[in-house]
Amino acid sequence: MDVILLTAALAGTTTIILLILGTPLAWWLATRRSNTAALVEALVALPLVLPPTVLGFYLLLALAPDSPLGQLWQQLTGTRLAFSFSALVIGSVLYSLPFVVQPLQSAFQNLPAGVLQAAATLGANPTDQFLRVVWPLTRRSFVAAASLGFAHTIGEFGVVLMIGGNIPGETQVLSIALYDRVETLQFADAHRMAFGLVAFSLALLFLLYRSNGRSAWRVRV
Amino acid sequence: MSLEIDLRCNGKHGFRLDLHCSIADQGVTAVYGASGSGKSTLLDCIAGLREPEQGSRILFRGTRWSSTGHSLPAWQRRIGYVFQDARLFPHLTVAGNLDFAARRAAAEPPLPRERLIDMLGLATLLKQRPGSLSAGQKQRAAIGRALCSAPQLLLLDEPLANLDHAASAQCLELLQQLAQQLDLPMLYVSHDMEEVSQLADNLLLLDNGHLQEQGSIIDLSSRLDTRLAHEEQAAAIVLGEISAQDDAFGLTEISAEGQTLYVSQLPLAIGSRRRLRIPARDVSICRERPLHSSILNILPVTIAEIEESQRARLLLRLALGQQHLLARITYKSAQRLGLQVGDQVFAQIKSVALLSEAGDAS
Repeated sequence: MDVILLTAALAGTTTIILLILGTPLAWWLATRRSNTAALVEALVALPLVLPPTVLGFYLLLALAPDSPLGQLWQQLTGTRLAFSFSALVIGSVLYSLPFVVQPLQSAFQNLPAGVLQAAATLGANPTDQFLRVVWPLTRRSFVAAASLGFAHTIGEFGVVLMIGGNIPGETQVLSIALYDRVETLQFADAHRMAFGLVAFSLALLFLLYRSNGRSAWRVRV
Repeated sequence: MSLEIDLRCNGKHGFRLDLHCSIADQGVTAVYGASGSGKSTLLDCIAGLREPEQGSRILFRGTRWSSTGHSLPAWQRRIGYVFQDARLFPHLTVAGNLDFAARRAAAEPPLPRERLIDMLGLATLLKQRPGSLSAGQKQRAAIGRALCSAPQLLLLDEPLANLDHAASAQCLELLQQLAQQLDLPMLYVSHDMEEVSQLADNLLLLDNGHLQEQGSIIDLSSRLDTRLAHEEQAAAIVLGEISAQDDAFGLTEISAEGQTLYVSQLPLAIGSRRRLRIPARDVSICRERPLHSSILNILPVTIAEIEESQRARLLLRLALGQQHLLARITYKSAQRLGLQVGDQVFAQIKSVALLSEAGDAS
């Protein structure tokens, strides 16, 4: 049960951080066309093509106790960063970034032309424009981005293994626990975990695709 | 003169706007020019949707909207902007779109909401979303939304360009009514001279990013030295007064400069003043008054100016009292008739279009 709670906490924390960081990043990518933007876009997409172990390897180096980041963390919090829950969150945020940024970016790019200009001429400042025009028009994409970010974090294995290790109650998430059970030939436990993951992911994706299906409210101008 | 503009801005495709002018604080000023002449760029700079270059200045009623190192954001300029593509909020109903504007208005709207809804024919559309509206309905809603925000200046960027003929005529009439009833300066971008003739008091002629000419539309319409006179649909605008209704023949008589013109009967009050649009290509010249012509409108005029615009054709500026007509005739006819400046001739007018009375009440 600890394993499930820990996994949910990791995915939840990661998703919230991703929404906070990913929204402005997606907006920036949706509205800029430059070499810098293209490079950032490529960096965001990198976890889609790289083996998770590559990202994990570099993160392991970056988060190590003798690295600048590890030292800084030690000074600020008095705890070790490597092999901690916080390290898992950092890894998951990077690893799941494209799953949140890409749906948001495409939603922002598909906003009907000029509605924000119209809002501006009607006296709406940028915050007002975001809350009253952008948000209602892209709400579904936020739901999709959050769901994908959450599900993908739950499903991650390689990065977690590299930077989190396998500490029960601290860094042992479902996918690692499953691997652990198989290694020690506890197949009954492994079955429960594997089937639980399949059922959860299937249900989440089903709900998502159904709500974005043909009957969904679509933007028309 | 209360919108002061001194503007330089690079547009798309290497095109450059370089403009210095003052625009009247009342009535309708049309910004007229071919597509790509910088009309929309000008409007976007005024609205604050596009940043002009350093050194540009835009002042409205003494408030700096844009100057070096300073730009008042679009949402603080209190302008209404009617876009060519309406740009209604797709997630809100028509009523929601109006409310969006009204909630952010800094003053009372120029017309009470109910009057506005009634006038623009929006009452039955209030609960609909923009997706289910026709192009004309969308544009009417967009005009209503712009007015609900209680603007100090209304910008219209070719609002009729996407509409079919009937919807366009309906919208134009609404805009005329609004122009007459509201004390709201309007800047109306168009490349359609007929629209502009109906609506505008003043005209800015834009050519390739530069101001070519500025002035009252009635003066500019009959001058030979602007691009207007050389367009295929060039037409002079003449002011007249409805003088009689001829029920027997189904005609309305209009008096202009002591002369009478006839148009198909229209239900207009005697004494009301109207604009007449007389296309240059529909005016021909006779040395003597034709006695056996089917054409009703034959006016004695004086040739004020002759311009050889193209090899085979001439443009004539004809004085009718204090006002002027244009005539486009062939070079051959001018030779045969031996036309000279100062000659008294007769203008035979094949068609006359009766326009609005917008702005010409005095």
